[in-house]
Amino acid sequence: MGHSRLIEIGVGLFVAAGMAALFMLAMQVSNLSNSISGDTYAITAAFENIGGLKVRSPVTVSGVRVGRVDAIDYDSRAYEAVVTLSIDSRYNSFPEDTSASIFTSGLLGEQYIALEPGGSETNLAEGDRLQLTQSALVIEQLVGQFLYNQAGKQQE
Amino acid sequence: MILDPLQQLGRKGLAYFGRLGRGHLFLMQTLAAVPGLVLRPGLVIRQLYSVGVLTLLIILVSGLFVGMVLGLQGYNTLVDFGAEESLGVVVALSLVRELGPVVAALLFAGRAGSALTAEIGLMKATEQLSGMEMMAVDPIRRVVAPRFVAGFISMPLLAAIFSIVGVYGGYFVGVGLLGVDDGAFWSQMQAKVDLNDDVYNGVIKSFVFGFVAVWIAVFEGYDTVPTSEGVSRATTRTVVHTALAVLGLDFVLTALMFGD
Repeated sequence: MGHSRLIEIGVGLFVAAGMAALFMLAMQVSNLSNSISGDTYAITAAFENIGGLKVRSPVTVSGVRVGRVDAIDYDSRAYEAVVTLSIDSRYNSFPEDTSASIFTSGLLGEQYIALEPGGSETNLAEGDRLQLTQSALVIEQLVGQFLYNQAGKQQE
Repeated sequence: MILDPLQQLGRKGLAYFGRLGRGHLFLMQTLAAVPGLVLRPGLVIRQLYSVGVLTLLIILVSGLFVGMVLGLQGYNTLVDFGAEESLGVVVALSLVRELGPVVAALLFAGRAGSALTAEIGLMKATEQLSGMEMMAVDPIRRVVAPRFVAGFISMPLLAAIFSIVGVYGGYFVGVGLLGVDDGAFWSQMQAKVDLNDDVYNGVIKSFVFGFVAVWIAVFEGYDTVPTSEGVSRATTRTVVHTALAVLGLDFVLTALMFGD
């Protein structure tokens, strides 16, 4: 009797440890704890070039994460990339003339969208489109420009 | 004379397909016997102890060391690029996606699968299984199904424990010994490891591996040639076949899950 009780306790501890490990993988290791959950509202922004931006890339204001990239589409009439951002509805007071830029975190890091609030009185609402956008810096273009400039200097 | 090798080949082929078919019929019978276990949870609990709890120690120790090695190797590679802050991402992603499920399944086959095969095979060799049939006790219900369910439940739990212990092993080496920043280790990990894409897919993998590993183990035991040599061969086959099946399936699952 005592033996089978020990077995039961051992199995109970084992299952509890396994569940705790799964729980910790979800909470501590993955992005569940800092993912944006709950209410969000969507705004769109058109960029000439989004570089390496991905769906689920972060959206920040002053370095604080306020949302993420929800979808990336291509508008074949305007020849532009249209990015849908879903912003946490806690942050619902951005002026209408907020601008969006695509930056890179670190030299080789991932790309993200930084919002810069403007000065308008009216706020952005669901479905609005940001008018002022700045494309991603494409490193090949920069290098190309630099080499071109250098060659120009040498000829002078 | 000329037909001899051909006959041999044919006989081998038929034996192979016969085994393959028996294996699947056996799986059907086992799965059909599983619902009946609700009435006898004690059988499953006893098997959970010998399949799961007794495998825990090797999983804990291996997980810790695999995580520590990942921390060390990852650090040495990343520090050349000044990216040692990403160590947490490297350790967590390799463990959650690949090493957790795969290494846990290989250890599971070595520790629990071989024991299951030897146990069932020996029961068959000593005619305990036929004895049960004589007493109108279905050995698949009484012996095979509880072990199958216990293995299927244990594997994902063991893989999760392996992964989390490994992450802490990597943390210990990276942050404790090599001086990676504590906050960066966790925050980068949390930013890059996705619950759906990485953690859930890893758990799905470990369910699949557990299913395959325990199926091979109980089938090899049940289908063994009832001699001491047959049992030893079946035990070897369990470990070899499980390792091959797990590694092959891992490639297929990885291609399906992460190969977009």
